Amino acid sequence: MAEREITYVAAIAEGATTILNEQDSAFIAGEDVAGAGGVFGSYRGLLDEFGPGRIVDTPISEEGIVGLGVGAAATGLRPVIDIMFMDFMGECMDEIANQMAKMRYMFGGAAKLPITVVTMSGAGMNMAAQHSQSLEAWLCHLPGLKVVTPATPYDAKGLLIAASRDDNPVFVVMNKLSLRTSGPVPEEAYTVPIGQAKVVREGEDLTIVTYSRMVREALTAAETFAKEGIDAEVIDLRSLQPLDIDTVLASVRKTGRAVVVHEAVRFAGLGGEIAAQIQEQAFDDLDAPVARVGAPFSPVPFSSVLEQTYLPNAEKIVAEAKHVIGL
Amino acid sequence: MNQPSDDVLRDMHRRMVRIRVFETEAGRMAEAGKIPGALHLYVGEEAVAAGVMVHLSDDDWITSTHRGHGHLIAKGGEFDRMFAELYGRATGYCRGKGGSMHISNMELGMLGANGIVGAGPPIAVGAAFSTKFRNTDRVAVSFFGDGASNEGSFHEAANMAALYKLPAVFVCENNGYGEYTPQKNHQAIKDVADRAAGYGMPGVVVDGMDAVAVYEAAGAAIERARAGDGPTLLECKTYRFFDHVGVRGMGLSYRTDEELQEWQKRDPIHMFEAQLAQLGVLSKDAAAAVYDAVSADVKAGIEFAETSPLPDPATLLDDVYA
Repeated sequence: MAEREITYVAAIAEGATTILNEQDSAFIAGEDVAGAGGVFGSYRGLLDEFGPGRIVDTPISEEGIVGLGVGAAATGLRPVIDIMFMDFMGECMDEIANQMAKMRYMFGGAAKLPITVVTMSGAGMNMAAQHSQSLEAWLCHLPGLKVVTPATPYDAKGLLIAASRDDNPVFVVMNKLSLRTSGPVPEEAYTVPIGQAKVVREGEDLTIVTYSRMVREALTAAETFAKEGIDAEVIDLRSLQPLDIDTVLASVRKTGRAVVVHEAVRFAGLGGEIAAQIQEQAFDDLDAPVARVGAPFSPVPFSSVLEQTYLPNAEKIVAEAKHVIGL
Repeated sequence: MNQPSDDVLRDMHRRMVRIRVFETEAGRMAEAGKIPGALHLYVGEEAVAAGVMVHLSDDDWITSTHRGHGHLIAKGGEFDRMFAELYGRATGYCRGKGGSMHISNMELGMLGANGIVGAGPPIAVGAAFSTKFRNTDRVAVSFFGDGASNEGSFHEAANMAALYKLPAVFVCENNGYGEYTPQKNHQAIKDVADRAAGYGMPGVVVDGMDAVAVYEAAGAAIERARAGDGPTLLECKTYRFFDHVGVRGMGLSYRTDEELQEWQKRDPIHMFEAQLAQLGVLSKDAAAAVYDAVSADVKAGIEFAETSPLPDPATLLDDVYA
């Protein structure tokens, strides 16, 4: 496949273009997706290429937009719904939690809901408490939903296309601080399988389990450890639901030590679930308790100095991991 | 232009009787402890479901409410599989996964009763979007109550349907109560249809106890939707003969028996039968024959449910995902 370096946001646009090209029943709907091309530029150019019937600007009505997706999907279309910031899920949580996630089950399997929801998570851009959150744990607690979290441009395009081909509701939780990062992306259509983690750095001494933007922080932490002669393995989960715990367990059985890292608030975050599963299934292989790195129990602050203090980063991962290693 | 033929009148009557007898017996079975969970019964509101649904085919979509049995029956739901669902049996429409509050049938275009007040209208807008996307002349009808008309979801859906000129009809079943709260205590307006102006669509008020009136108003709204002229908000003034949940009608703390009795004088089925007798469309004997046939169907449906297997516990996790 022809590969070149493009940005994460350009990869989203390529994924969206692929979806509209390969599926006649697909459309994209959301706030400012058509005329403005998306506030992050995720859909730039799509209106000209596909017209207003396939890429649909909506009122600022998140519950209406998600409901539109549910009704359209249940009646045979393959909607891609854009929720600009995942913080806005509070406006549409009923249609997500009680309708989209449950309709198939409540109907005894008679409904098919091939919905892709694209949304944006993450802090680090001075957007404060209501435009910076990482709320993926909300979604992972709802049976019926799938949740993926691309860390790279390659995964942004590949997971988006995979989501659109899936017959279940899939949330593709993008990361806004990753939008301008670049990486190799094939020009052609391809998928990244939903439910498969990826070992992004192999190591023998410690397993760092993470996802989304924290993958880069974990890799930086691993480089710091390398200088000290500690060989860290880094796993990018890529998919949180379904969760590829087997890849995590295989790594932990090798290294005997694990740190779970996410940008989301640590308390009741995914880290707790992953740590619990590790100790349930690999207790005898552990040389130390599983550690967790996450944001403190606070809203995301505005001012840079506070925001940087709030955010997990490589330094904090190193500090926490040292306890696990016994340094 | 929307005058119902004699056949349509008899069809509507049959749908109404089917709802009445089904609901009455379902209530009885619930009281007897045979049907678990909460039942929100549709008795008193039959003219609305029948007057709307007689215009629709299986390819048209509806969204329903927590009071949804009547909508499914009027859309063609079969008693055996409906009772089986209420009984929580494997043979139910939802294989025992939904029950009364989530009863549905995709093949009949029934996108589910719904336990969340106001959740249906946005889904109906999605279904209407779907039919427009594919250039068909199908419509989506959303039933909801006066209570739901105060949910933000209704406003968002109504605005979007009008904005996109979708083939949707919003049917407000105003039974005067949002759960136990009278309308005057939950909104400052008398006619929910007044809200239509705020979305740029026609708002129509109709007597929801008068089947023919509902038929005519619904026909006009559905015709308008099919023609591509956009949505209508149709408010049907009706009344719940039973309580919000269950079968009790009299002696309730939040409404008077006199109020119920006044509405019962305008029982939609009795009024309709008098009208049909006067028109010579349906004799007393013919009407009685309808009840006999429907009662036999109900009896068979209950027997089917009671002799059907319970779901296999091994199916618990089936259909969480496709």
